Amino acid sequence: MTAANPTLDALRDDGGVPLRTRLRRAERSRKLRYAALILPLALFVLVVFVWPIASLLARSVDNPELRDNLPLTLAALERWPDEGLPDAAVFDTFARELEAARGSPAIAAIARRLNREHTGLRSLVMKTARKLPLADGADARAELPAIDAQWGETETWRTIRRAGSPLTAFYLLSAVDLTTDASGDIVSLPDGEAIYLDVLVRTLVMSLVVTALCLLLGFPLAYLMATLPVRQSNLLMILVLLPFWTSVLVRVAAWIVLLQNGGLVNQALMALGLTDAPVQLLFNSIGVYVAMTHILLPFVVLPLYSVMKGISPAYMRAAVSLGCPPWRSFWKVYFPQTLPGIGAGALLVFIMSMGYYITPALLGGPQEQMISYFIAFYTNQTINWGMAAALSAVLLAATLVLYMFYSRYFGPTRTGQLQPR
Amino acid sequence: MHRDIFVDDRVAARAATAPEADALVSMRAIQKSYDGRSLIVANLDLDIRRGEFLTLLGPSGSGKTTCLMMLAGFETPTSGEIRLAGKIINRLPPHKRDIGMVFQNYALFPHMTVLENMRFPLTVRKLPRAGIDAKVKRALDMVQLAGFEHRYPQQLSGGQQQRVALARALVFDPQLVLMDEPLGALDKQLREHMQLEIKHIHQSLGATFVFVTHDQSEALTMSDRIAVFDRGVIQQIDTPANLYENPANAFVASFIGENNALAGTVLGRDGELSSVRLSTGACVLARTGDAGGAGQPAIVSIRPERVRLARDATPLAWRVPARVTEQIYLGDHIRLRMTVADCDNFTMKTPISKLDRCPCAGEQIELELAPEHLLALAPNPAP
Ligand SMILES: Nc1ncnc2c1ncn2[C@@H]1O[C@H](COP(=O)(O)OP(=O)(O)OP(=O)(O)O)[C@@H](O)[C@H]1O
Ligand SMILES: [Mg+2]
Repeated sequence: MTAANPTLDALRDDGGVPLRTRLRRAERSRKLRYAALILPLALFVLVVFVWPIASLLARSVDNPELRDNLPLTLAALERWPDEGLPDAAVFDTFARELEAARGSPAIAAIARRLNREHTGLRSLVMKTARKLPLADGADARAELPAIDAQWGETETWRTIRRAGSPLTAFYLLSAVDLTTDASGDIVSLPDGEAIYLDVLVRTLVMSLVVTALCLLLGFPLAYLMATLPVRQSNLLMILVLLPFWTSVLVRVAAWIVLLQNGGLVNQALMALGLTDAPVQLLFNSIGVYVAMTHILLPFVVLPLYSVMKGISPAYMRAAVSLGCPPWRSFWKVYFPQTLPGIGAGALLVFIMSMGYYITPALLGGPQEQMISYFIAFYTNQTINWGMAAALSAVLLAATLVLYMFYSRYFGPTRTGQLQPR
Repeated sequence: MHRDIFVDDRVAARAATAPEADALVSMRAIQKSYDGRSLIVANLDLDIRRGEFLTLLGPSGSGKTTCLMMLAGFETPTSGEIRLAGKIINRLPPHKRDIGMVFQNYALFPHMTVLENMRFPLTVRKLPRAGIDAKVKRALDMVQLAGFEHRYPQQLSGGQQQRVALARALVFDPQLVLMDEPLGALDKQLREHMQLEIKHIHQSLGATFVFVTHDQSEALTMSDRIAVFDRGVIQQIDTPANLYENPANAFVASFIGENNALAGTVLGRDGELSSVRLSTGACVLARTGDAGGAGQPAIVSIRPERVRLARDATPLAWRVPARVTEQIYLGDHIRLRMTVADCDNFTMKTPISKLDRCPCAGEQIELELAPEHLLALAPNPAP
């Protein structure tokens, strides 16, 4: 091969090493150096980002309660053909494992898990556990149905087997108001129990409103900052950044002071004669929107500003000199060039508001609680990791879908114009 | 006496800038100040003739762009009036002026293709679609960019962007086209090519072009007339040849082309000629420019290519001693640097074929400074 190629032959050094090999060697050491440089960052990302998210997502499908506490029963149930009642060995093993779990948190976990599959199983388990142990030599297959008739039903054992599978879609389905019925089909939750889709829609709507408000307020502000003389624009920049230097809690507290019934805003409204009685501004959507818009405004102003700063005033002048009136020039020439900034700012604000917790929690009423409130509720109060993880997964999925939408319509290939249409 | 003649000359020069019959644009007594303290443009009178290629030339900060911006309508004069085709346009907003403009960095809209850029001024004017396409095609053909319609500006080379900008400024048939250093960002070769191309486009279209540059060779190459700016004042407005051969003052003489300036004092004046005593005591005869009368300080100016070595036939009064300091061989010609009177950077430029013997460095020689090539000018006022 190389012999047929005189130029490649000529490219051997004194040691007779072909050029390509030498190049590969040189490249390899360079690549190793680069790899060594990014290794700390890669590890960091892995440890604080990839791993927690992955384990969180794993939590949303994890199903440990029965697997850990009734392992032998589940193993014995493997051989059951799903028809009639399981054989005596299953009943015996079950009675023994249930007895062993008695008096420890394990029994509560089993009861809670089974109750989640089928309401009423909690009391059945607790009641049965109290009656254990059975007398020596007693036939569990006969005794258990005597304690409660449900042990004599095929459905109960099917439920145990289903609840014992290593993975469960239960939490994820619940997070979007779905469940499985007795036959294993996915069905919607009845109206009274379905809440998370509403919460998700509410979260999306509130984030959209906040994003729109931020854009409406932020666009003129960024435009002013980009066009005013340095001194004034620096002042504006400080005003925009000021909120960054105070804690979110302090800002929220300040809004409470301003918006409460006897607060400055209401006093001003009444002094102006716009209203007789104080307007309720707190613990409803007004307070949440005001505070969230205020807190998130810099995230739309800064990207917009940096994009606008890069748009030469010559474009507007060129448009005007070509005969286009100033307003129209702004719309047709300036505005399209700000789209990357609008996209980036809106995405940032939207994604941040999707996960917002503290402001709605402190300033909103029950109707303003967003999805993160429920995540916090499940992690802090009921210690239901499965549900918290599933809601987080839904939030993550919504965010990713949104990001894909963004990169489709605002991403570099759309606005960088590097490809002809 | 001599002084009076000189003043009359100035009055005559003023009269020449009174409104012209074929002026497309006339700017009268224009003043412009940005800060209310200093005048960036001071008392500008300028007539732009229909169909001419006028270049505004001057050093950086001399007010060329300001002047152009007032024409385009992006700046308003602090006082004075601007007429376009007879109508005062001081208060006319820029989008109603129908003036094409090419910006230094082209200002092609980055989010539009070449085609969309070109259509922009026409759709704004609500022309019918067929008319738009025909005009765009003609303009793109003119700048030899047919086939590039669907590229974005970033996908074009600097020279191509330049052409698109030019075509866009011309596509709506404006009566006046303004260009602010449009070639500044191009490399030398491309710049020279574009100079000729723009000149030819001007000739074929017959529109009026106003071109701003601070590159004098660019101005000389392209223009019908050149207005030389300095510190907000037009120093001279004339054809390239006249500017070069008969600069109105020391600034123009030194700004356009190479120039040797010898300081001296006017001794007296005899019609067309003045005699000037140089600092060494030697006396030279020179055509009278804007130099003052007897006793006034003056500068005697001569172009390097007009300097010759003295021959036997050279009259005594034309002879000036010099000492050669450096000899530079440039292939087709030779440059000699020498000390003459108080000037130790005096340059002579001569084709090698015209030289019998080349003086070497350190040699004492005599130069021939013919009065018809010498010009006595008033020294530059201190800035
Ligand atoms: N918008 C402005 N505000 C204040 N001063 C200005 C403004 N534009 C120009 N100037 C000042 O006016 C003077 C003339 O500027 P101008 O841009 O007209 O010069 P120019 O002849 O075009 O120079 P150049 O060759 O460098 O482009 C400069 O001193 C400049 O600082
Ligand atoms: Mg300029």
